[in-house]
Amino acid sequence: SAALHVDLCKATNSTDALQYLLQFARKPVEAESVEGVVRILLEHYYKETDTSVRLKIASLLGLLSKTQGFRPDCIVDDIINTLCNEKSHQVLAQLLDTLLVVGTELPDSPAVRQRLVQVSCKHLSDTYFGVRNKCLQLLGCVGTWKDTLGLLRDVQSIISDYFGDQDPRVRTAALKAMACRLLSDDYEQVRSAAVQMVWVLSQLYPESIVPIPSSNEEIRLVDDAFGKISHMVSDGSWMVRVQAAKTLGSMLQVSPHFLEQTLDKKLMSDLRRKRTAHERAKELFASGEFSSGRKWADDAPKEKLDTNTVNLIASGACGAFVHGLEDEMFEVRIAAVEALCQLARSSPTFAEKCLDFLVDMFNDEIEEVRLQSIHVLRQISTHITLREDQLDTVLAVLEDSSRDIREALHELLCYTNVSTKECIQLALLELLKNLNKYPTDRNSVWKCLKFLGSRHPTLVLPLVPELLSTHPYFDTPEPDMDDPAYIAVLVLVFNAAKSCPTMPALFSDHTFRHYAYLRDSLSHLVPPLRLPGRKQVLGLDPVDSGSASGSVESAQLFLQQSLNRISTIQNLEAPGAQDLLNFTIRDVQRLGHLQTQLSGAADFCATYLRCQLLLMKALQEKLWNMAVPLCLKQNVTATAAARQILEETYKLEFLYGGLENRQIATIHHVRLQAKALQLILSARTRQGLDPLISSCEKFLQEIEAFQRSFLTELPHLHDSFVDKLLELKPRISACSSVELVKILQTTLRQSGLLQLRLPEQIHRATATIIEPTGESDNPLRFTSGLVVALDIDATLEHVQDPQNTVKVQVLYPDGQSHVIHPKPGDFRKPGADRHRLITQVYLSHTAWTEPSQIEVRLLLSYSSASSSLSSSKHLGWSDSSDGLQSPEAVVEGTIPFSKPVKVFIMPKPARR
Amino acid sequence: MPEIKVTPLGAGQDVGRSCILVSIGGKNIMLDCGMHMGYNDDRRFPDFSYITQNGRLTEFLDCVIISHFHLDHCGALPYMSEMVGYDGPIYMTHPTKAICPILLEDFRKITVDKKGETNFFTSQMIKDCMKKVIPLNLHQTVQVDDELEIKAYYAGHVLGAAMVHIKVGSESVVYTGDYNMTPDRHLGAAWIDKCRPDILISESTYATTIRDSKRCRERDFLKKVHESIERGGKVLIPVFALGRAQELCILLETFWERMNLKAPIYFSTGLTEKANHYYKLFITWTNQKIRKTFVQRNMFEFKHIKAFDRSYADNPGPMVVFATPGMLHAGQSLQIFKKWAGNEKNMVIMPGYCVQGTIGHKILNGQRKLEMEGRATVRKLSFTFTLTFFLLCNLDVKLQVEYMSFSAHADAKGIMQLIRMAEPRNMLLVHGEAVKMEFLKGKIEQEFSINCYMPANGETTTVTTNPSVPVDISLNLLKREMALGGPLPDPKKPRTMHGTLIMKENSLKLVSSEQALKELGLNEHQLRFTCRVQLQDPHSDPDTLHRIYTHLKSVLKGYTIQHLPDGTVMVESIVIKVSSSAEDPNTKVLLLSWSYQVTFLRC
Repeated sequence: SAALHVDLCKATNSTDALQYLLQFARKPVEAESVEGVVRILLEHYYKETDTSVRLKIASLLGLLSKTQGFRPDCIVDDIINTLCNEKSHQVLAQLLDTLLVVGTELPDSPAVRQRLVQVSCKHLSDTYFGVRNKCLQLLGCVGTWKDTLGLLRDVQSIISDYFGDQDPRVRTAALKAMACRLLSDDYEQVRSAAVQMVWVLSQLYPESIVPIPSSNEEIRLVDDAFGKISHMVSDGSWMVRVQAAKTLGSMLQVSPHFLEQTLDKKLMSDLRRKRTAHERAKELFASGEFSSGRKWADDAPKEKLDTNTVNLIASGACGAFVHGLEDEMFEVRIAAVEALCQLARSSPTFAEKCLDFLVDMFNDEIEEVRLQSIHVLRQISTHITLREDQLDTVLAVLEDSSRDIREALHELLCYTNVSTKECIQLALLELLKNLNKYPTDRNSVWKCLKFLGSRHPTLVLPLVPELLSTHPYFDTPEPDMDDPAYIAVLVLVFNAAKSCPTMPALFSDHTFRHYAYLRDSLSHLVPPLRLPGRKQVLGLDPVDSGSASGSVESAQLFLQQSLNRISTIQNLEAPGAQDLLNFTIRDVQRLGHLQTQLSGAADFCATYLRCQLLLMKALQEKLWNMAVPLCLKQNVTATAAARQILEETYKLEFLYGGLENRQIATIHHVRLQAKALQLILSARTRQGLDPLISSCEKFLQEIEAFQRSFLTELPHLHDSFVDKLLELKPRISACSSVELVKILQTTLRQSGLLQLRLPEQIHRATATIIEPTGESDNPLRFTSGLVVALDIDATLEHVQDPQNTVKVQVLYPDGQSHVIHPKPGDFRKPGADRHRLITQVYLSHTAWTEPSQIEVRLLLSYSSASSSLSSSKHLGWSDSSDGLQSPEAVVEGTIPFSKPVKVFIMPKPARR
Repeated sequence: MPEIKVTPLGAGQDVGRSCILVSIGGKNIMLDCGMHMGYNDDRRFPDFSYITQNGRLTEFLDCVIISHFHLDHCGALPYMSEMVGYDGPIYMTHPTKAICPILLEDFRKITVDKKGETNFFTSQMIKDCMKKVIPLNLHQTVQVDDELEIKAYYAGHVLGAAMVHIKVGSESVVYTGDYNMTPDRHLGAAWIDKCRPDILISESTYATTIRDSKRCRERDFLKKVHESIERGGKVLIPVFALGRAQELCILLETFWERMNLKAPIYFSTGLTEKANHYYKLFITWTNQKIRKTFVQRNMFEFKHIKAFDRSYADNPGPMVVFATPGMLHAGQSLQIFKKWAGNEKNMVIMPGYCVQGTIGHKILNGQRKLEMEGRATVRKLSFTFTLTFFLLCNLDVKLQVEYMSFSAHADAKGIMQLIRMAEPRNMLLVHGEAVKMEFLKGKIEQEFSINCYMPANGETTTVTTNPSVPVDISLNLLKREMALGGPLPDPKKPRTMHGTLIMKENSLKLVSSEQALKELGLNEHQLRFTCRVQLQDPHSDPDTLHRIYTHLKSVLKGYTIQHLPDGTVMVESIVIKVSSSAEDPNTKVLLLSWSYQVTFLRC
């Protein structure tokens, strides 16, 4: 210290002094001499005029007060004194920093703390942001300690005053000081809010650098926040834990070093470092020995740990996810799994690391958690390749009795990469076992093998002889073509063969035959192969044709042209027009079959044209010129046509997704025409005026409703039926019902066809019943009067809101029909626009003498109320109130939209 | 300063016979009363003579609290209450109260009936002892007496295990018993609120261990069992009747359910059946999953697990058997082991630690040939002697031997986590080995900067506390203080005031002195200080007085000074009188007199 004194005295100018100080900073100082050094430094400080030297001295003071064995309380006063006299803002900030160090060194002295708080409060009004920043830090740090009496509340309010500071850096510091303090609050809501606050901060200023108190290191704010939130994963309240785990998932900017710590939990046993089971499994795998854990002490600790380095509560993110995944509450576990997923998706290395943990979660006690972890693994599977032992654990889940779990796993396997041919073999074996145990998984297993094959052609190749049990010399017996297991193997092989041209050479004759059969029967699973000696059937294969995208465009063009052609219909004579419509309908339907992407649109057009055709036919009947009693028969056909048109319009409106307002208006227009037709017919046949008057009124109201609903569309409906009616409106509303009917009759016959404009995309809602298959010859026997449960499994495509609209209809041979509304929980959503219905319907009937078939189908229910409501949204407020009172009767109905499936049942008479 | 004293009679730097005495706020509490498994002599029970040399313990203890039903925490209870003598309240949770007597009875049977010891407690004593037990509910605050209150928290070690928070006034102690911070298949994790006790007394069995994830171990276990069953082998799992056995049962039961397996699982009869019954009853003490699903199905109503019969062991086909005891040293598990040892398809899984010398320990260490000592026949030849044939036979161990550690104690991280949850002011470690404690102690002091103690048996740890003492203050006094003016009361600044503190029947009251006099029926005494000052002055007495008066008036400005007609001068409340001495009229005696309050204020 004496040397320093001499040096400082010698120094003539500030640069020299600074040099001396820098040199001094590198030397260690003993605890006894610290005080002396501090005095010398302070003395020089008072004399010094250069700010940089003062700054250095201030920082040196901070360093010195950290010396072991030195109690810095004696220098607090000095520092505070200098603080009062200091003018330079930088030096002020540095001095406050020194006080911060002193404060952390003296956690147990309330007097010092009190003074520190006072000082920092005083300097909070400084103009320089750095000073305010440091003050807040000091407040946050000092105020954290407990039992500061009334001080605490004070500090809180002071800090919160600075939330509104004009400098963003100060605001950050204020929030940070506050949030970090609140993380250890007594109340869970506060802690939970604090977690959120820290998160928001970390998102706002991820890259700003924050110092770690009590050390010189500085880290990014997002990392610091990540560490703090990770800490909260082991909080006492599960609400906070859920919140913390969820929050972790969204902190994607965190540096990988911190991220990997969350999975790290240094194991030790009696102070010796132990390897985790995961590490051991990996090593065993690497050393070639497969099965593990045969020995008692194989987890015996290896290296001895230094007791000083073991950090039991790691300051950082250590083991946060290990804890989260082991939590008692499944909510926390799910949150942790989700967070893992989000983080892993953005970081491949982390994905690799968290794999073991996710695989472990497959064994959770709650099915939801298991399912979730399988889904998560699927989402990150692009980043990873499964090792054999991991695959083994994954495949073990295939025996799970829950269908959801198995299907999720199949889906996972579709996307999984494996590394060796053994893995493929293992997977195939387990899948076949699964197929054997749960035959209902057939489709899912096949699909899974399809992807497995196409992903790993080279790994499948060496397995082919074994899989197909071919032999170089002997002919092996031909396997049974109906065996689902054999089909499964073939699906795998054929899909692999698609990108591996050498494979077909290994096939035996019957394999080719089976290929042809499967290609026809299961074309969605078996790809087209270029097989030797087989002609490639080109052209008929829309999937295969290279110009697939081009053909879509041309098909679209064709569709548009056919529609345009229809517009010429006005000029044609009746028979010609009908023919044209007929042909167009046929063309369009065929197009829909060929071009799957356009099938929705094509179907829509065809149905619309069919409506027009029916209308045309009905209007061209000669009945209009005849006297009423003479044409009863024709009347009947016309009535039927009107009813059919009505039905078709409902189909058009509710079965197709992606319609715009314009199309809906067109559909409603057709419906209006059909209703007019009905009115005319009923007027002609029925005697008596009273019913006619009421139905006329109804029709008028409907016209009004139409006008209201499609106000914006009316210009497009030029020269149409409605347009003409609206022109005549004053006359109509005044005239009598008989007159009205006459007017309608003429307008209907004069009005032309309305041009259909196609929207971008039209999807037809479809449903396929997978289960029951309808192939079984064994009747389902049950005692009459009791019920039997029938499992139904169906996929729905392009159905909006299936929970409310999809119903199951059961038709008994005696004409009885039941409509069953499945529970909302029975619908699953495996993909966009796709739904899966897995439900049970209960059947019951009186005793039959012999088994008979019932029909099961799916219905799509609709209600015109919902559509009119949605269309009224397009209107202004003044109109909508009117619309609500609209007397238009709500029409509810159902559209069958799946092929019916027949099920053989046999209710037996009850035994007495 | 008030103190809290903690003295372990057992479990101080040791595992076994947990028994800790706590003196807090004048109350004496005994925490746990266990026996030591390692000893068969007097050392197996805690040394109660520490409390009193002769006579009963009732007057020395205010209550006894038992944390859970393991014998090393409750094994000495009948001995203490019936043989030494204690009639006060004993607190334990409902499940502990239900299961504890079964275990005690079993323990008694083994010691008395099997080993033939005398001077041991009897069945009747166990019953009498249990009559003194008062059951506790979780988070229920129980008033032991007017001042002492206790509250139980969930500990997750075994069914009904609890941590207790003991509070007298503002001083408090938390005793954890054994606890577990990682939930398992049937119990949840320990939880405590931020109660900031003066001392946290924690177990430290795994003070130097940080354990692997539980899921890993479970998966391993299930995989091994599953593989063996698929091969058609038989699996033997030796267990002790309570605790782990139930966890493994649930694990296997759910796995069987999930995987749709058909192979039978058997559970050896007797104690375990009884215990399972209680597990079924105390659903509220189990974990989230069981609690939530028990309405549909109680997880302890095992669908696949059936009672074992001796003859089943020879049945063909795969099966899983849980059999007691856990270390394969005797009984059913050993019998089954002998039957199955010869087949390499079979497997034995040891779910816990095995003491040296047991067969369990031998096979775990890889011994493949065992010398069995089969007591084949015991034939009574006459009254005088019996002949025992010892059949020594070699047993080839061909079956697979697996080890799997399932333990329900908190590891080092768990202990730290609990400290963080409770935020104690001091920490005290028991129930662990001294060396390991030393390490943890260092860590705790470093991370939390709180004191940590680890007393040995019989050693007393004293912790001084700084409790705040609430005092009632009379409204009149406060109003008067307000009336006195001065700065307005500031909640952040202390302020002095006058009053009388009355301590009466454990209550403290601050009242004005007049009221205190009235309340206590005392007369008011005036205390005046007098002092004589002699001075030489030739003037007459009144003149001298007048001179003093004028002098004071010039010196003490700002004070009221009065010259009273009765020949005295008053300066504020100080009275000055002048009298001349009898011998010398020039020597004047100045008599000063002031009241007690004046001195007090000057000080």
